[in-house]
Amino acid sequence: MVLVYLSVIALIPLAAVVSRSADAGLGGFWDAVSTPQAVAALRLTVVASFVVVAINAVAGTLIAWVLVRDEFPGKGIVNSLIDLPFALPTIVAGLTLLALYGPKGPVGVNLAFTRASVGLALLFVTLPFVVRAVQPVLLELDRDMEEAAESLGARRRTVFRRIILPSLTPAILAGSALGFARAVGEFGSLVLLTGNIPFKTQAASVFIFSQVESDDVTGAAAVSVVLLAISLLVLLAMGWLSRRAVRNGG
Amino acid sequence: MARLALRFTALAYLAALLALPVGFVFYRAFEHGIGTAWESLTTPEAQHAFWLTCLMVAIAVPLNTVFGVLCGLVLVRQRFRGKALLSAAVDLPFAVSPVVIGLALILIYGRNGWFGGWLADHGIQIIFSLPGMALATIFVSLPFVVREVAPLLREIGTEQEQAAATLGASPLQTFFRVTLPAIRWGVAYGVVLTTARALGEFGAVSIVSGKLAGQTETLTLHVEDRFQAFDLTGAYAAAVVLALMAIATLLAMNLFKPKAETS
Amino acid sequence: MSIVAQGVSKRFGDFVALENVSLDVPDGSLTALLGPSGGGKSTLLRVVAGLERPDSGRVVISGEDATATPARKRGVGFVFQHYAAFKHMTVRDNVAFGLKIRKRPKGETRARVDELLGLVHLEGFASRYPAQLSGGQRQRMALARALAVEPRVLLLDEPFGALDATVRKELRAWLRRLHDEVHVTTIFVTHDQEEAMEVAEQIVVLNRGRIEQVGSPRDLYELPANEFVMSFVGPVNRLGDGLVRPHDLVLSRDPGAGGVEAMVARVVHLGFEVRVELTLGDSSPLSAQITREEADELELAPGDIVYVRTTAPRVFNESERGRPGATR
Repeated sequence: MVLVYLSVIALIPLAAVVSRSADAGLGGFWDAVSTPQAVAALRLTVVASFVVVAINAVAGTLIAWVLVRDEFPGKGIVNSLIDLPFALPTIVAGLTLLALYGPKGPVGVNLAFTRASVGLALLFVTLPFVVRAVQPVLLELDRDMEEAAESLGARRRTVFRRIILPSLTPAILAGSALGFARAVGEFGSLVLLTGNIPFKTQAASVFIFSQVESDDVTGAAAVSVVLLAISLLVLLAMGWLSRRAVRNGG
Repeated sequence: MARLALRFTALAYLAALLALPVGFVFYRAFEHGIGTAWESLTTPEAQHAFWLTCLMVAIAVPLNTVFGVLCGLVLVRQRFRGKALLSAAVDLPFAVSPVVIGLALILIYGRNGWFGGWLADHGIQIIFSLPGMALATIFVSLPFVVREVAPLLREIGTEQEQAAATLGASPLQTFFRVTLPAIRWGVAYGVVLTTARALGEFGAVSIVSGKLAGQTETLTLHVEDRFQAFDLTGAYAAAVVLALMAIATLLAMNLFKPKAETS
Repeated sequence: MSIVAQGVSKRFGDFVALENVSLDVPDGSLTALLGPSGGGKSTLLRVVAGLERPDSGRVVISGEDATATPARKRGVGFVFQHYAAFKHMTVRDNVAFGLKIRKRPKGETRARVDELLGLVHLEGFASRYPAQLSGGQRQRMALARALAVEPRVLLLDEPFGALDATVRKELRAWLRRLHDEVHVTTIFVTHDQEEAMEVAEQIVVLNRGRIEQVGSPRDLYELPANEFVMSFVGPVNRLGDGLVRPHDLVLSRDPGAGGVEAMVARVVHLGFEVRVELTLGDSSPLSAQITREEADELELAPGDIVYVRTTAPRVFNESERGRPGATR
């Protein structure tokens, strides 16, 4: 019964995408994904996602560190705030960023319709992943190791680099992988903020959308499959990397 | 010293990325007075959009909750090959872009889709209509309850259920009196997450709904609609409603998360 | 009610948990299943309870074949090592669970629960939650819960294994007294031979899925069926071909009395007894237990040479598995 529900809702529709992408044969598939516009869109998405995930890997670890090891009034609120990108509809996220960092924004910065805006939106939606992945690991961390290292003369920075960071690496990688998968598929927050300018600020998801609107369903399906493949690949790669990190004494 | 610097950096980043933008939207919505904002929220389209969003949630959440509990039980308590596949399949909505989900649904239920012909013959409209949107909403919010319930079930183990059996309880009695109460906070937290996702869905319903104002627009689509129509106040006002619902969700998450994690 | 297991076998994948086990548990008795971990005792208990289905064999409860009956219809009470308390219910609701399932009237349920809480000395704890109880209290609650529905058989799976030594001792004595009062056929599993010897009327020794011996505590100690039972049930020394109990060793300074030469390694005064640790010529250790008087007489010191005899050597006809065949 479980399987039926799952199939009806998810599996069959996705199978249709894969099957449709093959409708025009391998040649047609290749044509669809190698148009300049498609390539530009895919490249923008992948590059932006990588950059953003890298930034949030660092920022996320930092934030997790502060939340776990530091104490200050209002920490509970800040902690809850982290989940905001999970709770807030993506279209609203785009709108809020537009309000603050777009034209007529009080900060005087106008990022709307620029490549940076893509990055900004993706930063927003992928923020919680690394934080939430690292927090529990940090909480469970055995302070004994750090104290032993310090008693042996290591500086705080060294302790962090050699003792703490390796333990966190699997979590950081896992969180980053999830963040990346989310980023490459992100749509709602990009719609208003980036202007969706082909070749400049059009992400893969928006490209797929426009293909559907102009009835090139096969082309849309082809690019969709590529997108799916990319995110699945990264998920697998990260999984492998993090298992290695664990094995090599994280 | 270093600690303060770290704290400041973290907080500044969060403020710039999360807090300030959201706060500013509130400001923008009421910039021209609460009256104007209220007016844009009470137009027939806005009200319909709000109601439609609630309807989608009311459909998707119960279905996915039942599925989630059952699937969790299957994954944890039963032995069969391909369990890893089932688990991965459940996680698909996390790896797939919403627009791809919308596309997938069109390919199945649309005019030229796999079931399209049969549906048209029987006068059933899925795409560009409520059922399609419901399907999209269900798809995207599928995994949350499962992912909360499964680890909980694993952690609790089967001893309590065995004890119930020796005391004479039938499987159904055991489920309702022992299993379900034991996982209730996980279910609650999963429901909150499912609701949040269903509320916020945009990409998939964007494709599947046809965006007919007053008919197939959810509140999220309404925000976009108002923006494209240069009705900024309307857009911000609707966004505020959604933001308030998101904050309510955050509060609920905060309430249930700790209970879901200690059992 | 009596329990009979006939030819029960069970394997988990490649692991043989039980091999052709047959057992007779008389009505009203208090029986222990004793053995090392992995020996099959818990599996056997769970088969009797209906929580596991045997690959072959039968389980007969009170003369009726219960092999195909599901656990909930067998009328067994089961107590788990880790209590299996219903964490989200109060103590009262836990104990009342079986009665509520059977839809007994509220007044009757309440009275029965009160009676049982009194029996296990948890009267004041009715509204507490299991998390607020100590381990020993939780186990008493679990017992009350199992007894509430008047089971035909009471089965306990290492019931005191998760508790401190002191609490364990208390509950052991308490279980014995409870059985005297309630007279329900009881089977409990333990790997602690002292516990089995102290509590049970009849002990079944299980090792690697097979029954090694069934008997009273005394029989097991004095007439062990094979080496395994002998060494499991009490301390033993290997002397030549046979096994000897430490208190069956006689020490003397006189080589003329016969006996093997050994050197005293250590003398430990354990209060009223003295343990003498010896080393034989081939460097194998020996542990003798003598009285204070004997120790005083011998005036032993580390390094002394003594001669060791035994009054009761046991040599068993050994097959690899230690099958029965004792000779004196």
